[in-house]
Amino acid sequence: MVYKSIDEANQAVVSKIIAGSPFLLDVVPAIDVIDEFKHGKVLLHAGPPITYDKMIDPVQGACMGAAMFEGWADNEDDARKLMESGEVTLIPCHHVDAVGPMGGITSAHMPVVVVENRTDGNRAYCTMNEGIGAVLRFGANGPEVIDRLRWMRDVLGPVLSKALQTREPLNVNVLIAKAIAMGDEFHQRNIAASLAFLKEMSPSIVALDIDQKDKEDVIQFLADTDQFFLNIMMASAKSVMDGARQIQEGTIVTAMCRNGYEFGIRIAGMGDEWFTGPVNTPHGLYFSGFSEDDASPDMGDSAITETFGVGGFAMIAAPAVTRFIGTGGFFDALHISEDMTEITTASNPNFPIPTWDFRGISIGIDARKVVETGILPVINTGIANKKAGLGQIGAGTVNPPMEAFEKAVLAYAKKLGFEE
Amino acid sequence: MLHTVIEKNSYQDSIVLMLLTNYLETLDGVNNVQVMMGTPANKDIFKTGGLATDELEAATPNDMVVVLDVDNEDLIDDVVKKAKVYLDEQSNGSDDENSGEERVKTWDKALEVAKDAPVALISVPGVYAASEVEKALDAGKNVFCFSDNVTIEDEARLKQMAHEKGLLLMGPDCGTGIANGLPLAFANRVRKGSIGIVGASGTGIQEVTAIIHKMGEGVTNAIGTGGRDLKAQVQGITFKDSIALLDQDPDVKVIVAISKPPAKEVRDDAVDLLRAAKKPVVAIFLGEKPEAHEKGLYRAYTLEETAKIAVGLLHGQEPTGNEDVAVKVPDVKLQPQQKYIKGYYSGGTLAYEAATLMNNTLGLHAKNGVDGSILKKDGYEVLDLGDDVFTQGRPHPMIDATKRKEMMVSAGQDPETAAILLDIVLGYGTTDDMAGDLKDTIIKVKADAKAEGRELPVIATIVGTDMDPQDYSQQQRTLAEAGVIICENNAQAVKTALAIVGHPVEETPLPILPEKPSNVKMPAVSDKLKEMLTATRFLNIGLESFAEAINESGGSAVQFDWKPIAGGNVELQKALLFLNKVDLKVGV
Repeated sequence: MVYKSIDEANQAVVSKIIAGSPFLLDVVPAIDVIDEFKHGKVLLHAGPPITYDKMIDPVQGACMGAAMFEGWADNEDDARKLMESGEVTLIPCHHVDAVGPMGGITSAHMPVVVVENRTDGNRAYCTMNEGIGAVLRFGANGPEVIDRLRWMRDVLGPVLSKALQTREPLNVNVLIAKAIAMGDEFHQRNIAASLAFLKEMSPSIVALDIDQKDKEDVIQFLADTDQFFLNIMMASAKSVMDGARQIQEGTIVTAMCRNGYEFGIRIAGMGDEWFTGPVNTPHGLYFSGFSEDDASPDMGDSAITETFGVGGFAMIAAPAVTRFIGTGGFFDALHISEDMTEITTASNPNFPIPTWDFRGISIGIDARKVVETGILPVINTGIANKKAGLGQIGAGTVNPPMEAFEKAVLAYAKKLGFEE
Repeated sequence: MLHTVIEKNSYQDSIVLMLLTNYLETLDGVNNVQVMMGTPANKDIFKTGGLATDELEAATPNDMVVVLDVDNEDLIDDVVKKAKVYLDEQSNGSDDENSGEERVKTWDKALEVAKDAPVALISVPGVYAASEVEKALDAGKNVFCFSDNVTIEDEARLKQMAHEKGLLLMGPDCGTGIANGLPLAFANRVRKGSIGIVGASGTGIQEVTAIIHKMGEGVTNAIGTGGRDLKAQVQGITFKDSIALLDQDPDVKVIVAISKPPAKEVRDDAVDLLRAAKKPVVAIFLGEKPEAHEKGLYRAYTLEETAKIAVGLLHGQEPTGNEDVAVKVPDVKLQPQQKYIKGYYSGGTLAYEAATLMNNTLGLHAKNGVDGSILKKDGYEVLDLGDDVFTQGRPHPMIDATKRKEMMVSAGQDPETAAILLDIVLGYGTTDDMAGDLKDTIIKVKADAKAEGRELPVIATIVGTDMDPQDYSQQQRTLAEAGVIICENNAQAVKTALAIVGHPVEETPLPILPEKPSNVKMPAVSDKLKEMLTATRFLNIGLESFAEAINESGGSAVQFDWKPIAGGNVELQKALLFLNKVDLKVGV
């Protein structure tokens, strides 16, 4: 053991989070960087481990969409039968250095962003954002969804890859720092970062010697997709948190994720072990005609953003979306961000928030403090229809179950010799 | 029937429009509604929600689109108008009153935000109080502990600990206090002034400060000690430090000490300490009838007398014995069977004072009552309805009038009842309109008695000031309308009642004996203790209303929304303690 106390170990983990330096290197087919795809039919999913029968409808819908996209089936019925047969191996994204939004369903030939944390030399992957409306991550799997995924595979991925190769790797910290000053909190709101990304990439894209229509389509897609940066943020946060959790001591939360059934967390001192509890259903604002009754339970690996210190933890950075937390607006957001400082260990000075008097984002969720205070992390989230394919019906916030933190704290105490 | 309204070039944030949609859905006659900007993606959402119309297709991303399902077309204009009003209101911002407040949820954060607060107020459940007091003392805070149910062993230990650190522990079970003119817990607003108070009783302090205020003087600091401070186990630690603190304060000209009689073992020390003070001291040991003053240490029998002697001394006037203004006896004709006085109090010390005056004047030789029944002899009765016996499962009688109404009704039906005594306590923590809550019952009780040929006087006093959050003069008017005989203070009320039943209190001026020597040295006063006298900033742990009272009165309080660690789960508490102390290199 290197550290004397848990506080010391936690401080070391937090120092690694601050030192993390994610760079966007490339966009490649998932199978090129994730070996598990080379062994039979494999799908990645969000959250802690789960079996197909426990998956909620939108996630099952996304599995079927991925099966059709991969050519394992050409209609929904066959895809369902395939999934139910157990022939497809399901692996959490987190187990293969990846993260996935909402259902998080990722298949071999979907393009993923490749982010390297140059401080610790590790890499992380995430699929690209599909835009809004009928999209696979909410469980839609109709022809337009599959067609878009194919276009992303055949055009968007390769074009971005080529463009990235003509320039220096993209320093993501710089984009985050810029965009947080422009009102993004990187979970609910990514429009500033997405525009900054487009600004960085468009000179390289337009200079490519490729089909003009492909260029136009790619630029148009990036211009239309406000949340495009979210997936880059997720991969970056994953790369930084995986670098930090190379330290296997202490009580800092290194991952939070959900699969629609269970919410899972990891803490540094317990390595790869998941501590889980049942997921909650988000509270928030619903599009017309929808209510909490229609809402899918919480899902997605996107809570890696909160683990990294943005999202709900940086709510105050994004006044434009604060009303999702209720009608109170700015001061409710302030209260939430202030509350989050009570369960975190430090501020990250690399990402000062102007609307918070330039205080840095709060980092290093201490599982001890969560259990001690009863203050749960606040996660900003989109809300999916509980029926597959009907897409997003609102947005809001959600809390993890306290049970997950209690289990983690108890397990770690016992590992260190605590006897009841 | 679907209708589409398009506001051209009227950009609104999507969240505002979602809130607007939620609002419009609540309007009568609206079956379904959606308001969004006319982007292609939003148009899809309209369609998914069953709100597709032909007009919708014409909308551009810069147009605000309202698609509305109403049966009555006349409603459309109304809905559009309401939508516009709503959007205007939204753009005016929220008037969140809490915007400036400071609020924390953990000790770490509390000590960071309130590092400049010299006093912590603690009102957490009793089982947790001792450990929270200890944390606050460890952090160098003087502590005002409202919580009760702390063992006397813990109280003695914590007070000794505070004393050694140069800090003061007020309480446990400290109901009221004034620090630098600011109300602590259940306190009245009184002007600042040159009289300093140390007291072991809640409503005793409130009554004395209120009377001082009414006489045009003021109190900057009233320090509560908790009711057990002068017991043998605690040895008056807080009492002594408080007297020393006020004695060295250049702004204090007269010291008032209020307490039940000290334990035998503590008494000589305590009284000797009062003699050692440089400032003139007025002491009242509730329940005791003093026999003589000493030069510099004056003794009072009632709370009224206490306040009046103190104000007199402030004006350079020694007690004359005329502090108790002779009571003007109202013209009440009792029936021969009407003999007994019933006192229904919300303030414990006020009840105790009433019982003492009645017991001594009527020569009842009643023993001290138990369980809120402060006096019960023949038909005479004084109840402290704030006692635990009466407050189990119901609010305190300063907040809820129900129990008092019950008691008054039954006393009114008793043909032997001669008079009913009441206290109306104003200030922070009590209800807005106690007089109003009692009014109808008072009128009815008097009317019912009258119908049976009895005149039934109801006599009340209002403990409070014109600075209190309640409207003092309105309370007076309400009581007057109910036909209540309103007295200046509690002693006057009790004496009025006694005069009505033909037993006026006889006033005997006390002799002023020469100064007696003191063998006690005034304890040293630390700088941290002195900070309390000029405190403007507080850390409030527990009941939020205490922070509000301070903030409303011009001070500032950091609100600590306290919760038991790990939700009170003992196993987790132990695990956390273990983790906080574990040595990773060697194990524990």
